[in-house]
Amino acid sequence: MALKTFHGGVHPPEFKKLTETLIFEVMPAPQEIYIPLNQHLGKEAIASVKKGDSVSIGSILAEADGFISAPIHSPVCGTVTSISKQTTPTGFPQQTIVIKTNEQLENLFMSPLNPKTITPEEIIERVKNAGIVGQGGAAFPTYIKLTPPKDKQIEFVILNGCECEPYLTRDYRFMIERPEAVIEGLTLFLKAMGVVKGYIGIEDNKPEAIKIITRAAENENNIEVFSLKTKYPQGAEKMLVKAITGREVPPGKLPLEVGTVIQNIGTAVAVYDAVVKGEPAVTAALTVTGKGVKNPKNLLVPVGTPIKDVLDYCGGINGDAVKLIVGGPMMGVAQFDLMAPILKATSGILVLTREEVSRGEETACLKCGQCIDVCPLNLMPTKLVRYTQLGRFEDAGLFGITVCMECGTCAYTCPANIPLVQWLRLGKQRVKQIQRQQAGLQN
Amino acid sequence: MDFSLVIAISTMGGLGFLFAGALAIADKKLRVYEDPKIGQVNELLPGANCGACGNAGCYDFAVKVVAGQITPGDCPVADTDAASEIAKILGLEPDGGTRMVARVLCRGGKAEASRKEDALYRGPKSCSTTILIAGGDKLCLDGCVGGGECVEACQFGAMYMNENELPVVIEEFCTGCGLCAKACPRNIIEMHPADREIFIFCKNHDDPKTSRKVCAAACIGCQICARKSDGGIIMKDNLAIIDYTKIDISKIPFAKCSTKAIDTIHLRVEVEQPELIN
Repeated sequence: MALKTFHGGVHPPEFKKLTETLIFEVMPAPQEIYIPLNQHLGKEAIASVKKGDSVSIGSILAEADGFISAPIHSPVCGTVTSISKQTTPTGFPQQTIVIKTNEQLENLFMSPLNPKTITPEEIIERVKNAGIVGQGGAAFPTYIKLTPPKDKQIEFVILNGCECEPYLTRDYRFMIERPEAVIEGLTLFLKAMGVVKGYIGIEDNKPEAIKIITRAAENENNIEVFSLKTKYPQGAEKMLVKAITGREVPPGKLPLEVGTVIQNIGTAVAVYDAVVKGEPAVTAALTVTGKGVKNPKNLLVPVGTPIKDVLDYCGGINGDAVKLIVGGPMMGVAQFDLMAPILKATSGILVLTREEVSRGEETACLKCGQCIDVCPLNLMPTKLVRYTQLGRFEDAGLFGITVCMECGTCAYTCPANIPLVQWLRLGKQRVKQIQRQQAGLQN
Repeated sequence: MDFSLVIAISTMGGLGFLFAGALAIADKKLRVYEDPKIGQVNELLPGANCGACGNAGCYDFAVKVVAGQITPGDCPVADTDAASEIAKILGLEPDGGTRMVARVLCRGGKAEASRKEDALYRGPKSCSTTILIAGGDKLCLDGCVGGGECVEACQFGAMYMNENELPVVIEEFCTGCGLCAKACPRNIIEMHPADREIFIFCKNHDDPKTSRKVCAAACIGCQICARKSDGGIIMKDNLAIIDYTKIDISKIPFAKCSTKAIDTIHLRVEVEQPELIN
């Protein structure tokens, strides 16, 4: 039987061998940690500590502001030394709480709850108070995903174990080392939302994980494990829904439109820990890898640890390292400042050598149409980019530029090395601006 | 005698008369009346079809002016003489508009602005795409990106990028259309009356320590000019802002500004202008 998948996509070299057999190591807290107030999608949290305050592991540093926001907890014991603008992995400076750590290990975790007797309300409340955000990359506050609008009937919760980005092995390690937490986490999601059916989608390049998770889910009749074709971006929400349920998410809409909610493996583990151990989102699990780093590792680090300390812990970087990316190589963000901290949703640090990043000079578009073949959303990247370059934003809008999710598949495949994603990002921004203006005029 | 010659001439001549007659009738019957003023106004407009007024071109502008939907002063490019001529044709009072020119309010070029060390941007060289990625490779997130989108937007050849990677406005050619100001994603280009002398050449809102670090030409928010100016300058988010209704140029301590962020336009030493084509 053909494996379940979607139309389009590419298969970049995986490089997962570097770290896939390495057990998670716990990294000790560094001397100073930097906690940006905005680690999630939505409104910046409001700082509830001030300079000179002493904090313990798990004490609240910032409260959620409004509906789409998340509280932030201290990952260490120490003293707040300043609240000021600091570099973040996004490249833009943000208000950041700087904490000088001390030796103590006192923790103020919430009280543990029994996952067997917990009520849906308690789960949602706990996820909200623990400040858990989606680990898939966008860092959307998880509790909002657990409380969909009343008029939407949710039929499935899908756990995303694809990890289709090359290099990264965080979710893979979670599935190998903590299968019971993954399954329990999914059960908690199902309970919180009152949904019967849970699916776990795993790419077929991780046979070990499929075996272990299938065995762990044996006794759960309502959980089914799917082996999916290894292809980027299999782990994108819409692609995953299409592959597993065969349903197509309408352009510009969320998966809950077709009765599904997607959660990441990492998020499931975080929710399990928040419920069973009472631990808020203070630890980031990540893969430090790439040929530019001396000892690639899978790590559990306190949120807010500067990249520099993480790299030092991994033995430093090799001389020929040229590029540092936070996230995966396809959608991650290149860094210019090693003092940028690890955030709640950081999934990896890549240190790449010249050999890994080299690409040729940009030439004129060959009109080969390869970008159109591989676009998982069935867009025409070359046409959209041409419209953007010409300033024809209305045409770009008509051809669906706002649907693009910037997965980078088109730019990866382009034989002319055209920076398609950069142009698409500009076009998307402009088209959205124009659409907002028009909506404003109509009102 | 050769009759064929006569037949040919009379046939062609007859056909000529017939079609001329048809055209004459069509001219009378199917004529669309066009206000002769539209033509006259169109003559006086710059004819650049730049679109700065928001209409489809100069002729479209002329149609709308004659219809009374807009006023002659709405063409940002036409000078005051042309606007008053148009007003005269239409029997309107000429509005004494002032000539506007574009002013680049950032002096943080290659030499002044600090860059992100180890940052190497590879991608489209336009300002708007550059700033989407970590705000460009300068540390200042409010200043000129140096991509030259304003120069591209200018329809009148009145701008160029100097060696310091900052745009320069050639005042004689600037028509005040404002297309460059609209094109700038950082809003550092503003339209000001041509006789306005004094400007704050900075848009940076960072705190004093940071702004000093990011650019040698930044307003560092020291407030000296604001204190001496008698309300002519107000401070907002660590940036001096001039209130042009109250400013008194004699009170401004230009020498005290350590970064020369407050300055007059004519004290500025322009870079040698390149030879202009066309």
